[in-house]
Amino acid sequence: MAKRAARVPNPESHERDLWRQMLLIRRFEERCVELYSAAKIRGFMHLYIGEEAVAVGVLQALGPADSVVATYREHGHALARGVSARLVMAEMLGKVEGCSGGRGGSMHLFDAATRFYGGNAIVGGGIPIAVGLALADALRSTGGVTACFFGEGAVAEGEFHESVNLASLWRLPVLFCCENNLYAMGTALARSESETNLAVKAAAYEVPAWSVDGMDVLAVEDAARRAVESVRAGGGPHFLELRTYRYRAHSMYDPELYRDKAEVELWRQRDPLDLLGARLTDAGVLDDAEKAALEAEVFAEIDDAVAFAEAGSFEPVEDLTRHVYSERRPS
Amino acid sequence: MKTTYREAMRAALREALRSDDRVFLMGEDVGRYGGCFAVSLGLLDEFGPERIRDTPLSESAFVGAGIGAALGGMRPIVEIMTVNFSLLALDQILNNAATLLHMSGGQLNVPLVIRMTTGAGRQLAAQHSHSLEGWYAHIPGIRIVTPATIEDARGMLATALDDPDPVLIFEHGSLYPMEGELADDAGAVDIDHAAVRRAGSDLTLITYGGTLFKTLEAAEELAGHGVSAEVVDLRTLRPLDTDALVASVARTHRAVVIDEGWRSGSISAEIAARLGESCFYELDAPIARVCSAEVPMPYPKHLEEAALPQVAGIVSAALATVG
Repeated sequence: MAKRAARVPNPESHERDLWRQMLLIRRFEERCVELYSAAKIRGFMHLYIGEEAVAVGVLQALGPADSVVATYREHGHALARGVSARLVMAEMLGKVEGCSGGRGGSMHLFDAATRFYGGNAIVGGGIPIAVGLALADALRSTGGVTACFFGEGAVAEGEFHESVNLASLWRLPVLFCCENNLYAMGTALARSESETNLAVKAAAYEVPAWSVDGMDVLAVEDAARRAVESVRAGGGPHFLELRTYRYRAHSMYDPELYRDKAEVELWRQRDPLDLLGARLTDAGVLDDAEKAALEAEVFAEIDDAVAFAEAGSFEPVEDLTRHVYSERRPS
Repeated sequence: MKTTYREAMRAALREALRSDDRVFLMGEDVGRYGGCFAVSLGLLDEFGPERIRDTPLSESAFVGAGIGAALGGMRPIVEIMTVNFSLLALDQILNNAATLLHMSGGQLNVPLVIRMTTGAGRQLAAQHSHSLEGWYAHIPGIRIVTPATIEDARGMLATALDDPDPVLIFEHGSLYPMEGELADDAGAVDIDHAAVRRAGSDLTLITYGGTLFKTLEAAEELAGHGVSAEVVDLRTLRPLDTDALVASVARTHRAVVIDEGWRSGSISAEIAARLGESCFYELDAPIARVCSAEVPMPYPKHLEEAALPQVAGIVSAALATVG
């Protein structure tokens, strides 16, 4: 773990905003569960609940010219990147107003405006793309950095090793963010990796790597800022292992036979919202009344997103074969 | 001017690199080695290591990096040594290159060109000799082009680079040393249409890539038998120029498809099906096919030759069709 002094919450309330962002993700996904039960959302849906501090913390370190590649568990990343709750919710409902025009669904959120490049549902499949985005930034001297999120399960894929090697060899501006929630679907890390210290694997490719408490959003933000600063300064790719935990099932179809309820309860005691909330209260930045006010604000934002999505339209079937090839080609 | 297929391809690469700063070439041994088939020989000296990039043996990573770089505003040309090796990058080609535009609801173009060698004929046995371009033609979202002539080797790359979507260029390995004439002002050619390489009236021989010249040779031999064969070069396997095929068969009323791929589930099957769907009543004989034998490619020369479509086999299939 990175040894950094715990940060004192800032009265300017940046931390208050972090708490709100995490709250938005959690309440958004809780609403998604209701909509799933009501059969308005279908297909696979993977919840990020418990892991909010990772996306929110890391994405504080990026600017608008930077890029993000995420996985199929990416609602939180999209929201933290600034894709509006309206566009994400409309996508969940398969509406044409969604951030991917309704074609992607929960696992394939895309938003060119915020340089949010998915939404990749092949484990490890987004990692080479992130390396390529970074290559383009390097060749064009844009100063941009690409943050690439993947789970610890992806570390077993060849694409991870090929990509980290290539990025290091070419010193490309990528921040590899490994969200270690301990289970690749139902397979515990120790049952799938001969070396469970994941930072060691990246270090083997000469990539600076360290592990971070992924339940502490301030620790995540500090680590990400430090890493991004170094990447931007030409230090080549960096790797963060973010130790976190998924409270919910892998997807909506998972009976969770592979772990104890007690383990889940243990992690809940280090809940990222509670951790930051308590620190903010202790520092006098956020009292119960203000928390309630933020809750109300977030509920209103989600209500608005659901209303927007419900009022949206389904793409006409006549458009079925659109977006296979570009509609405009040079003549 | 006199040139070769290889030199024409190199001239196309050089022109692309000179005319657009966004273009770069990456792949295994494209730089210092000069390309496994010497296509990129000399380009490293001219354009430097930033634009002629030797990669590790990581097909999935460098094809995926090509996709990412295309998303990031570049115009990458990725070279894969052979189609058999491209299977290591199939995840990136199918799950990402071919789907990103669709999954993103039309937001993200992938203007990527992937070049690779295909085909047999050089005794390279069962892991370097297959013709899998027909497989790739199964995938919506990508374009599959198969330059057979020197003119197409010179001209297809520029058009592929201008395309907003991924284009895969399959270069038959036996064609690289082929010599021929090329106009001094040769440049970009269309990648949408099939071409009639020899006009004829009795039957249509449909082919592409490495078997084009065997088919033209067969047509010449057929003329000696009093059979006038039309030879259509598909040029592009996806999207297929069905109109051109139907137009030719409407004139000749007979068709033989020649394809170095295996017969089962192949592009030749697709062509036969389309002709059956589109111009069944124009046909005076069943559609015939000349394909590779359904074996992994054997090493010894006599067995490799027996496995591949050959002139004699094309002639006898054609004669049976007109008979």
